[in-house]
Amino acid sequence: MAATRRTLLDPTIARAAVVDAFRKLHPRHMVRNPVMFVVFIGSILTTVAVARDPANVGFNAQLAIWLWFTVLFANFAEAMAEGRGKAQADSLRRSRHETQARRLRNPANRDGIELVSAEDLRKGDAVLCLPGDVVPGDGEVIDGVASVDESAITGESAPVIRESGGDRSAVTGGTRVLSDYLVIRITANPGETFMDRMIALVEGASRQKTPNEIALTMLLSGLTIVFLMAVVTLAPFASYSGVSVSVPVLVALLVCLIPTTIGGLLSSIGIAGMDRLVQHNVIAMSGRSVEAAGDVDTLLLDKTGTITLGNRQAVELYPVSGVALEYLADRAQLASLPDETPEGRSIVVLAKERFGLRGRDVGPQLHMTFVPFSAATRMSGVDVPDGELRKGASDAVARYVTEAGGVMPRDIGDIVERIAREGGTPLVVTERNGASPRVLGAIYLKDIVKGGMKERFDRLRAMGIRTVMITGDNPLTAAAIAREAGVDDFLAEAKPEDKLELIRREQKGGRLVAMTGDGTNDAPALAQADVGVAMNTGTQAAREAGNMIDLDSNPTKLIEIVEIGKQLLMTRGSLTTFSIANDVAKYFAIIPAMFLATFPVLGALNIMRLHSPQSAILSAVIFNALIIVALIPLALRGVKYRPAAAALILRRNLLIYGAGGIILPFVGIKAIDMLLVLAKAVS
Amino acid sequence: MIRRHLWPAISMTIVLMIVTGLAYPLVVTGIAQLLFPRQANGSLVTRDGRAIGSRLIGQQFSESRYFHSRPSAAGSGYDPLASGGTNRGPTDRKLADTMIAGAIDSVVARDGAHRGSIPADLVTSSASGLDPDISPASAAIQVARVARARNADSATVAAILAAHVQARQLWILGEPRVNVLSLNLALDSAFAHH
Amino acid sequence: MTWIGWAQILAFSIVVLLVTKPIGIYITRVYDGSLHYLGRAERVIYRVCGIDPSENQHWLDYLIAMLLFSAVSMLATYAALRAQGHLPLDPQHLPGIVDRQAFETAASFTTNTNWQSYAGETTMSYLSQMMQLAFHNFASAAVGMCVAAALVRGIANRSAGRLGNFWTDLVRGVIYIFIPGAIVLALLFVQQGVLQNLKPYLTVGTIEGAKQVLAMGPVASQEAIKQLGTNGGGFFNANAAHPFENPTPWTNFLQMVAIFIVPAGATYWFGRAVRHQKHGWALWTAMFIMFIGGAAVTYRFEAAGNPMHAAEGVDVHAASGRMAQSGGNMEGKEVRFGIAASALYATVTTDASCGAVNAMNDSFTPLGGLVPIVNMQLGELIFGGVGAGLYGMLNMVILTVFIAGLMVGRTPEYLGKKIQSRELRMVMLYVLAAPIIVLGMTAIATVLPAGLAGRGNTGPHGLSEILYAFTSTFANNGSAFAGLTSSTYFYNTTLGIAMLLGRFVLIVPVLALAGFLSERKIIGESAGSFPVDTPLFVLLLIGVILIVGALTFFPVLSLGPIVEHFLMHAGRVF
Repeated sequence: MAATRRTLLDPTIARAAVVDAFRKLHPRHMVRNPVMFVVFIGSILTTVAVARDPANVGFNAQLAIWLWFTVLFANFAEAMAEGRGKAQADSLRRSRHETQARRLRNPANRDGIELVSAEDLRKGDAVLCLPGDVVPGDGEVIDGVASVDESAITGESAPVIRESGGDRSAVTGGTRVLSDYLVIRITANPGETFMDRMIALVEGASRQKTPNEIALTMLLSGLTIVFLMAVVTLAPFASYSGVSVSVPVLVALLVCLIPTTIGGLLSSIGIAGMDRLVQHNVIAMSGRSVEAAGDVDTLLLDKTGTITLGNRQAVELYPVSGVALEYLADRAQLASLPDETPEGRSIVVLAKERFGLRGRDVGPQLHMTFVPFSAATRMSGVDVPDGELRKGASDAVARYVTEAGGVMPRDIGDIVERIAREGGTPLVVTERNGASPRVLGAIYLKDIVKGGMKERFDRLRAMGIRTVMITGDNPLTAAAIAREAGVDDFLAEAKPEDKLELIRREQKGGRLVAMTGDGTNDAPALAQADVGVAMNTGTQAAREAGNMIDLDSNPTKLIEIVEIGKQLLMTRGSLTTFSIANDVAKYFAIIPAMFLATFPVLGALNIMRLHSPQSAILSAVIFNALIIVALIPLALRGVKYRPAAAALILRRNLLIYGAGGIILPFVGIKAIDMLLVLAKAVS
Repeated sequence: MIRRHLWPAISMTIVLMIVTGLAYPLVVTGIAQLLFPRQANGSLVTRDGRAIGSRLIGQQFSESRYFHSRPSAAGSGYDPLASGGTNRGPTDRKLADTMIAGAIDSVVARDGAHRGSIPADLVTSSASGLDPDISPASAAIQVARVARARNADSATVAAILAAHVQARQLWILGEPRVNVLSLNLALDSAFAHH
Repeated sequence: MTWIGWAQILAFSIVVLLVTKPIGIYITRVYDGSLHYLGRAERVIYRVCGIDPSENQHWLDYLIAMLLFSAVSMLATYAALRAQGHLPLDPQHLPGIVDRQAFETAASFTTNTNWQSYAGETTMSYLSQMMQLAFHNFASAAVGMCVAAALVRGIANRSAGRLGNFWTDLVRGVIYIFIPGAIVLALLFVQQGVLQNLKPYLTVGTIEGAKQVLAMGPVASQEAIKQLGTNGGGFFNANAAHPFENPTPWTNFLQMVAIFIVPAGATYWFGRAVRHQKHGWALWTAMFIMFIGGAAVTYRFEAAGNPMHAAEGVDVHAASGRMAQSGGNMEGKEVRFGIAASALYATVTTDASCGAVNAMNDSFTPLGGLVPIVNMQLGELIFGGVGAGLYGMLNMVILTVFIAGLMVGRTPEYLGKKIQSRELRMVMLYVLAAPIIVLGMTAIATVLPAGLAGRGNTGPHGLSEILYAFTSTFANNGSAFAGLTSSTYFYNTTLGIAMLLGRFVLIVPVLALAGFLSERKIIGESAGSFPVDTPLFVLLLIGVILIVGALTFFPVLSLGPIVEHFLMHAGRVF
């Protein structure tokens, strides 16, 4: 998906949202939000009062207008958030077109091709995709290897390789095959594909209230009932005291007291939170997982690609005694010349920079044959006319040497261990000129920790989140890298089962765990984790197991996901606090105004010195309506988030939204009152 | 589930009624009668071998030779079977216009007190209606009248009064006060011997 | 206001602070079962009542046991009061009590309210006072502690809904906390002059020759548990203003300490049980700040007195020396207590759901009387009733954690337990009940002739009287603006219902909440957890309590005490 960043109040979306705001006035929609439903009913009552109370037409009409605005503003906020989601969905949908598929009756030998519409494909069908074809549905490559353009989904223009078997076998409907061919087994029926689900999620069609939202709605409904009771009983109390209070004034008091600010913005906050994830190119399978992200206590991060750059670099050479350093450098370079892997290149570069060894042309003039790395030998190297050069893990080399009748020099063990302890990977170099191979020394390959990781982990720690690095390295190496990267803990020599075990252990201790994964063997752990972010480049199994998918396949993004989750919850909490804190000022505006005619002494409570009872009530209602509009950008963008300990965050947010929530309405209502007086004087 | 808890509920009610409703008060009564019989039986004040009241329960005084107690809302005044206050609120017409105004008038007429310097306790009803005390100030403004009624020297009466001013308990608790019954008894005995 | 007045308030505060920890440790040991010095008595009671003390009850079991015990004991009291004339220990030959009043009184004492529409000295026999009323003073206090213990366990442990054993909690509360405490306190009272005898009333001839009938009775034993169990029902009509109930400033001080001692200790108990002592102290601090704020307001306005009385000639300024007097508003107050100790007592008794009074709250100045009303409307959580104060406060704490907890970017969690809709529903039930029932019933009373008929005052003060009655009964406080004649069909019935609702409608969600919380797993605390022990948290908690608890009542209060305050200064009477 092209993650287009829209301005917060995109005019096209806003225009549509205005229309939607009116459409949402349908009672069936209104009743879903208890707080706004009460305002809706109040607006109707006040409108009726306009007609039935000729003495106060002007005042009641103004009240009615602003009450309706309150409802519309809340609807508009929701429509805005939905509109932004829809716009994302539309851009997704545009990338989809009617696709023809080549269905194979006999996939084994790519036989029996029939052309069908993609709509007719079912789970289990096999299809053939040739260059230029759009992949007709989600599936798994069962044959072939091809480069695929996935920009429609990821926005990433560089093509990716998809091949059968292994971790790169999943393909997504809507992507385009660029070269070669693929035979794909379809894994999702039409309408259930990844793309379909994504569109639905982004659009908010399948939006369900999350646990926190349900609880918050309950709180808001409860407060609404309390204030309803306070206002309804005010009628008999007023009549006891000989005060006459009209229905519109009671409605005005009620609307001002119930938490309309958060009530009106609650759903848009949730939608906007999902939207923010989408803008980070992450699709959450449910709102629940976004909330869970905010609660995460432990992050499991794979070392390679997340904490360190994927490639290791040679940084040092250690000859065994009796071998000259320059000789080792020369042999190491020679052994790596044809090696196109980043590690191999870095060895060549190291030798060149440190020892002035020029790169030699590879090819027939040197009579070299490249021996690539294989899982069986776990070594690579070159064969030259006068012998063999090999480099590899020390145990692999040791086997190679001893099998050929050679002996490992005594000091190579020390060298290997020293490199490992420093967090490096030792690569032992041997040369075989005659009968048995001779060990020359070791290359120190170093993991390069990504820039800025230490600071990020420090921030996470401040937020109370522990980071655990997962690596296949031995414990010595792992410890050194963990120290350098600043993670809290590490799991060395990790097998997939170990990961799952670690997650279970953390969860048993009451902690929520987030992890990323891409391989099929990550799937159980992804499913077990509270937040499992699957890489889009990962296997279908991994993507099914996770509850979020990162379209950029960037494992570091887990940290951003956590931050977005936290920001979502913070926005809800802050606006709830703000909304409740607002009540103090509104009481002081409305209560004296209601009783002033009968009890002039209550003017003492009119601490804002509002002009008249009518202007006081009107100012409070207008403030109440306008604050919803004023806070729409905040609801959509989320409150400002800086990672810090909970105590610090609480202090800051409480100051802004708690203390601010008490003070702001005093200022706002007073200002509106002055404007009303001014407007009256002018007219 | 309900039937399972029914017998414990019934038997527990009976057991606790016996333990807390009989055993406990009877034990306390026994110890109290043993250790503090005077207090436990009402801190009675006797004159000539006859109980004439309790030191803790105020009495109505209307004769000029006695210091007067506060107004009382207990029955027709200081009736221990009808303890209580007026329970009139701060904006009650009768309290402001009749009761307090009337009490002030009578203090002014009786003791020649100055409006504006009338002690608050002397013209207000107490909470129990049985308040045995008045403030030193309330007693002081009555000294001249009592002395006059007894044909005595004001200074003598004032001295007896001064001896009957009870200080605060533990330096800070409560207020200084004068037990009216004790004071009046002291006056009677002081002047009977003269 | 005088410095000695403030010194009394300060001395009281210090004593409350000092007793909190030792009492807290003692309560902890009572409810964790590690005290055994009365083990033999315990075992006898369990055997007689057929109780298996090792049974760990599910919250529903616990609830039903509690409800059944309350129902049975309430019925027993109703029957005993009706039949009073036929029972022994009735030297004054007082007859049985009429049905509506017997119902209301039984409800009142069962619910720890101890609202009294009768005058004790002319209504209750010694047997009724001891075996019914004093028994309930013990039992209802212990029941409150049981509910608190259940909630504490629900929060502290993960126990799949099991909250302990109601019967052992009940018995242990009575025999380890309340009986020993009451015996000591009662003897201290007797030493100062509180009655303790079973003699018939004594007729004496006064100095001036009038006849005075001195009421007698086992007062001290009842007075002690009435304060210690935050019950508040007086032996006599004038309650703790009566010189036979509260003869000296020292007994007055002891009574106030006795009211706060268990609720204050409960905060320490809680901190210890949840292994977060600083949080326990944070609750204590929040309670203390609200207490001292209320005491200061009441003291200030009572000391200022009534400007109308001042205009008529009363000297409202406190004086010392030879012309010492307390000044201020002495209507309905006792000289030995003066202004400060009366204002303090009114605050303490309404902070805790005690309801004993040493002055007539009805005659307080409007804002002096506003504080007791607001204290009760906040939900009796400023130290609060024994047990009830703690569980009331914990409800507000959970509400606070929910509202503000989201602000730190996590699902709200309290002491490692997530607060979600299931828990919040129970908390909201608890919070909603007070405004709905109190405002609803008060509103009904203000429109019905039967409700208006009982008023002792007209104008705004009449509204305050009715509001006070329903607030006090729902809050299970029992103090009154006693000008209201409540021994009528209308008030006996409605107030009795308000008490039962105020007790049991609140306990059901509390025990459910305890059960739900006990099912939640405990999440380890980290730097990301919501802090519940900082000064900021204390402020936040107070803010939520005031805004959610008190603002609901602001409209009606503004038509009652608040407008009356301004009218009083304008010289208006009704």
